[in-house]
Amino acid sequence: MKIKEVGIAGTLESSDILIKVEPSDDNKITISLDSLVIKQFGNQIRKVIMDTACELGVEGARITAIDKGALDCTIRARTAAAIYRAGQSDDYIWEGSNA
Amino acid sequence: MKRLRRSILYVPGNNPGMIRDAHIYGSDVILLDLEDSVAMTEKDAARFLVYNALKTLDFGGKEVAVRINGLDTDFGLKDLEAVVRAQPDVIRLPKTDSEQDVIACEKEIERIEAACGIPVGKTKMIAAIESAQGVLNAREIAHASKRLVGIALGAEDFTADLKTTRSADGIELLTARSMIVMAARSAGIDALDTVFSDVNDTEGFIKEAKLIKQLGFDGKSVINPSQIKPLHAVFTPTKDEIEKSLAIVEAMEEARKRGSGVVSMNGKMIDKPVLDRALHLLELAGATNALRSAMQ
Repeated sequence: MKIKEVGIAGTLESSDILIKVEPSDDNKITISLDSLVIKQFGNQIRKVIMDTACELGVEGARITAIDKGALDCTIRARTAAAIYRAGQSDDYIWEGSNA
Repeated sequence: MKRLRRSILYVPGNNPGMIRDAHIYGSDVILLDLEDSVAMTEKDAARFLVYNALKTLDFGGKEVAVRINGLDTDFGLKDLEAVVRAQPDVIRLPKTDSEQDVIACEKEIERIEAACGIPVGKTKMIAAIESAQGVLNAREIAHASKRLVGIALGAEDFTADLKTTRSADGIELLTARSMIVMAARSAGIDALDTVFSDVNDTEGFIKEAKLIKQLGFDGKSVINPSQIKPLHAVFTPTKDEIEKSLAIVEAMEEARKRGSGVVSMNGKMIDKPVLDRALHLLELAGATNALRSAMQ
């Protein structure tokens, strides 16, 4: 997905994460992370953001994240919401069931 | 054993902390809300959050429902596309005015289930009735789909539709509540009451809980975890009630052996309807563990 504008999702409330996705001139995804638990979970948070962006076909983006203790599922949800907003798309691709 | 739906805890669908903690409060049902508790500008973000939470979190074996936006809005179908794939137990359809609303929602759920390999029919439904038209159609709504496990009253929109306001004694809701209970009973599904909005008025809440239990409701929506314990207390049979019910079942069994369908117990006639009520109470007692406590 092409990042066309700035997309923001999430909040600064406890257990949430604020994700900002911006267009990038090169085909790289860069992640800037601020978290109270960066020493313990910084790598994991970055990985979830990067995996989500890659799954959604993002090739170039600057992603800024301010984490307030979000679970992985919240990080995935906020990253996806910010990317879709930044891509001006609502053509969601939901995964199938586990059935 | 019957699935209890004494308490249905509303959880705003765009609040990750509340979603994470929802299972610890002991409600029978957790209702993740994509409708009124989510701002219009955050509908997409809440949908992503609820979808990912359903796919990932352990809700402690609670029944999990999702209230979608109405299918007549820009969000309802998008909600279904996401949420059905994440497999909650129940989809709660808001503002159900007719059986056609239920049928239309069921058709979409069935299409999505078939498209992604979920057994067709697995996703259950609750229809919320929130208008005079809906109340008048309650019976047809209750019978509209085999997926329905309950019909619920949404009193805030309903009272607005009636052009009145909610009162302490709830007189304005009496007809609607009674019609919804009768419609639910005729279809063999649960009757579920509306929220009590003043979380600081515990006395008023308990009074309302007793009223709706007496009317025949199976449970009630709650907007705050503090309402769960008093609500369950109202719906849990007492030791005295359990003992009386056990005595009725025993007396009727004795009567049956003698070839009689009626028996006198402490000067009162005991017949099939009394037995049915006793059996229902014992079923509730068994489901709430009150039976085990009473037997000890």
